[in-house]
Amino acid sequence: MKLTLQVWRQERADAPGSLQTYVVDDISPDESFLEMLDVLNERLEEKGERPIAFDHDCREGICGACSMMVNGQAHGPRTRTTTCQLHMREFDDGDVILIEPWRATAFPVIQDLMVDRFAFDRIIQAGGYISVNTGSAPEANLMMVPKDDADLAFDGATCIGCGACVAQCPNTAAQLYTAAKIGHLNLYPQGQPERDERTVGMVEQMESELFGSCSNFRECEAVCPKGISIDWIARMNRDYLKAKLKGVNRR
Amino acid sequence: MTWFSNLYQHAIVKKAIMAVSGLFFFGWLAGHLLGNLKVFQGADKFNAYAEFLRTMGTPLLPESGVLWLVRGLLTAAIILHIWSATSLTLLNRRARTSDYEKRQGLQLDYAARTMRWSGYLVAFYIVYHLMHLTWGNVHHDFIPGDPYANLVSGFQVVPIALVYIGANILLGFHLYHGLWSLFQSLGLAHPAYNPWRRHFAITFSIVMSLGFISIPVAVLTGVIS
Ligand code: HEM
Ligand code: FES
Repeated sequence: MKLTLQVWRQERADAPGSLQTYVVDDISPDESFLEMLDVLNERLEEKGERPIAFDHDCREGICGACSMMVNGQAHGPRTRTTTCQLHMREFDDGDVILIEPWRATAFPVIQDLMVDRFAFDRIIQAGGYISVNTGSAPEANLMMVPKDDADLAFDGATCIGCGACVAQCPNTAAQLYTAAKIGHLNLYPQGQPERDERTVGMVEQMESELFGSCSNFRECEAVCPKGISIDWIARMNRDYLKAKLKGVNRR
Repeated sequence: MTWFSNLYQHAIVKKAIMAVSGLFFFGWLAGHLLGNLKVFQGADKFNAYAEFLRTMGTPLLPESGVLWLVRGLLTAAIILHIWSATSLTLLNRRARTSDYEKRQGLQLDYAARTMRWSGYLVAFYIVYHLMHLTWGNVHHDFIPGDPYANLVSGFQVVPIALVYIGANILLGFHLYHGLWSLFQSLGLAHPAYNPWRRHFAITFSIVMSLGFISIPVAVLTGVIS
């Protein structure tokens, strides 16, 4: 396959960036999208040019590192698929492919397609955990978890923190991520003691990271590689409004 | 008041307030529509209804007491609604200062995308509508105390009837997204009733829009005269 790529190149966080055009040929339809970029990078290095910086780690769709907008869609055109799991057979010979970094004030560009997603980690630090005393493991059946809750919590826990929801949202909101992270912990019996503080802490950390607000556009859900539903956002709103009406404030 | 302003700084609270004020406005609009449809029963019934609005609650309350109470609540609701919408819009602008070359819309529908436009235009329309049929400032032949005549002579002017029709199409779009979205904002989602949220929004956006539009159309076609 022969492709024309338009790629965002930016030297440093504070340097201006621009779209650069690259023509790559001899691409196999069985290569993954990241492998196609590897091929391009090797050729750039051979010519003495700086390779394109992009995040990647597991390359098997579970770590959430491979952030990039492909033709205006987070992780490219295939639903429920990360960029590393996207294959070149999704494209046609001769296609022009536009590749941009996630764009959000809360996710500043580090270089080219790499962005700083520490804002997500700070949201977790604000309550995305269950405090337990360490010691020997308790008896497994001591605390019963209803099967429906366990299944539902698992759906929320599949979030890999990739940031596609933020990237696709017209408002740049981090609602789907934050809601999934709060929601699965709020479903377990072990999560109840810290429920209100967790919800308020994480929501208000999200706000202070300069993400946008939710207009229920549903773009996040459409682009989430794990298919996490916007029902989680409603759950978060419910838990948050209840906690605020009880007068819970951030510690 | 500090309790409220502390709450109000949070985006999710603003959105919940938009949902509640929007729902209140919607409830009022439903009553407004039911009342207005009395024009199809003729001048006497319609003017009697307008009179009833004024005397409602008397002698327990002063004349027009209920009317003013509702007007006060509506004003508060619309101010909170517009204020929150504007403040959230500004927040969203700050959240992405350098934009994409291209961002594809996936599930985004037309009504959702144009909420700001339809909202502000409806606000202008509400002011115009009050000046036209309530206060009469912009009516060419306003007769105080005869709403039926004012309505008929008002809508016989074709451009004015078209403004009313256009504004109520916009209202329909606003409600199509709003009446669904408010459930999400207030945290009301469950697989058991999720489909009904959509049915509710579709039904009532169409009923409200077509209901209000039927009145200028009836005047233009001579059904009401
Ligand atoms: C006829 C009066 C109106 C009614 C019945 C109404 C109703 C609603 C409802 C029910 C919502 C959904 C709230 C939610 O998602 O929680 C909404 C959202 C919205 N309304 Fe209105 N509205 C009215 C007038 C206006 C006006 C005058 C504006 C002008 C600014 C406006 C701007 C908006 C915007 C921008 C949203 C979307 C907010 C967001 O998703 O972030 N609305 N409206
Ligand atoms: S590289 Fe881990 S999900 Fe794509």
